[in-house]
Amino acid sequence: MAQKELWKGNEAVARAAILAGCRYFFGYPITPQNEIPEYMAAHLPEVGGCFLQSESEVAAINMVYGAAGAGARVMTSSSSPGISLKQEGITYLVGSELPAVIVNVMRGGPGLGTIQPAQGDYFQATRGGGNGDYRTVVLAPSTVQEAADLTQEAFDIADQYRNPVLLLMDGMIGQMMEGMVWHEIPRRELPPKRWATTATEGKRGKNIINSWRSDGTGLEVHNLHLAEKWRAMEENEVRWEERGTEEAELIFVAYGTTARLAAAAMKELEKQGIRCGLLRPISLWPYPSTRLCALAERTSVRAVFTVELSLGQMVEDVRLAVEGVKPVGFFGRAGGVIPTPHEIAEQARAFLEQWR
Amino acid sequence: MAIIYAKSKGLTDKPMHYCPGCTHGLVHKLVAESLVELGELENAVGVAPVGCAGYAYDYFNCDMQQAAHGRAPAVATGIKRVLPDRTVFTYQGDGDLAAIGTAEIVHAAMRGEKITTIFINNAIYGMTGGQMAPTTMVGQRATTAPWGRDPSQCGSPIRMAELLSTLDGTAYAERVTVVDIPHLNRAKRAIQKALFLQKENAGFTFVEVLSICPTNWGMDPAGAIDWLKGNMIPYYPLGVVKDCRREGNVV
Repeated sequence: MAQKELWKGNEAVARAAILAGCRYFFGYPITPQNEIPEYMAAHLPEVGGCFLQSESEVAAINMVYGAAGAGARVMTSSSSPGISLKQEGITYLVGSELPAVIVNVMRGGPGLGTIQPAQGDYFQATRGGGNGDYRTVVLAPSTVQEAADLTQEAFDIADQYRNPVLLLMDGMIGQMMEGMVWHEIPRRELPPKRWATTATEGKRGKNIINSWRSDGTGLEVHNLHLAEKWRAMEENEVRWEERGTEEAELIFVAYGTTARLAAAAMKELEKQGIRCGLLRPISLWPYPSTRLCALAERTSVRAVFTVELSLGQMVEDVRLAVEGVKPVGFFGRAGGVIPTPHEIAEQARAFLEQWR
Repeated sequence: MAIIYAKSKGLTDKPMHYCPGCTHGLVHKLVAESLVELGELENAVGVAPVGCAGYAYDYFNCDMQQAAHGRAPAVATGIKRVLPDRTVFTYQGDGDLAAIGTAEIVHAAMRGEKITTIFINNAIYGMTGGQMAPTTMVGQRATTAPWGRDPSQCGSPIRMAELLSTLDGTAYAERVTVVDIPHLNRAKRAIQKALFLQKENAGFTFVEVLSICPTNWGMDPAGAIDWLKGNMIPYYPLGVVKDCRREGNVV
């Protein structure tokens, strides 16, 4: 049996990437994600890989583009303002159908904001973020263990669909140390990268990595091809965790750090005789809408309550999923402020009482 | 029947989209011939820019990546770090390289990336319709400088070969032009040398090619050549700006 080890979230993500076969990392310093590039700088050379500190986040994501196009497993990480700079490269990765893993250890915004944890980049992450009509799979861990596990799987997902995958953590998960176990992650069967620009060696025709389509019809054909991938992701990559949803009268919806706070708030409410459940989306896109709607439709459920480290972003997806079947409440703190479980419990109880 | 001259195997059969009189086609030919003559075509990965040469991925007969505007040196860095034995080159214009992509080209050179950059300096933004570039000459008219470039507002044109030569990572930088046969031959030797030094892992190599843009300069090709000779060459002197071998230093 594998031994439990104490790991910091950011370092666990970096080690997990190396275990998943990532050999190239390009990044730029920004808090609170610095332990990821620092770990990569120290450990990628041990496995024959390459760490490079770029001149900017813009350059880093374009180095990722080149390396991904050359057929390598490659990653970059940043925190909120730096992820904004990477959006150009992310939309090019999608347009050129290149796989890569991008980690966002979220901090407060807008602007320079704060280095404290936040979840204000939900819209940016789940709606594409860069220009054009596109999606990326967005995975949101709520423990260090899950961060390590999802990082490894993210590389397979990226390769399977030839599309970047975002790991959306908040600064709390990145910075805290927690017990975890290193265990085998099932690997997917993946097609060979025959499309990669590795030089022809005179053995095949030339490969081109490109997102440009010169005529409108050609681009629409390309967009529709990409949309088929989004449909497949919606079918195959939705994931969530549920706790205590049987017979619950109040369903919490929260992800990442906030899901842990909501779980603590549930205990407080249950002591007061309120039966609570939690739906924790793990994939923020594709979103577990169908499951959430099914839960909301249960007769025992009086209300749905969303908690976020923002002024209300994921709650829009919750409302879209619930479709007015039950009332949806929201409580959020922003700017790097973490609510206490008691605060959440009080807010949730007050909302529930309107509908009991 | 003897074949005296044939299109380089380094170019595809795709018809080029360049305007009449444009010199991009000539420079493509030189790069393609150089790759073939060095035996590197099948070992090459090129990076196309955004701008007039945006379709270069269709013209060079080797693996190609198309990069975001100005980011070709970063993309090439990613490729070369994964494939250190490949010949990796970027082909970029002056808006791409000397404006939006300044950080990427300077830092690729600073790191001494073992890549070759072919830089087309035609003193204008071509693809978007003749806007002022960082390389536009003082007094030269452009759609965004309707009374000519005013140095009190826009500064003086940037000399990229000289700028990059200040960096230790730059192994070779030369400025050439393609306005007549002697200069064309000199340009080809420069491109071959740059690619050769890349194979030798000498460092970053750079060839700036002074080019004409008859369409956006509003001139006929012959007039454009005269204008380049009379206005650009005095400001952008031709010749080797830096050669790590000539100086006897090994980068």
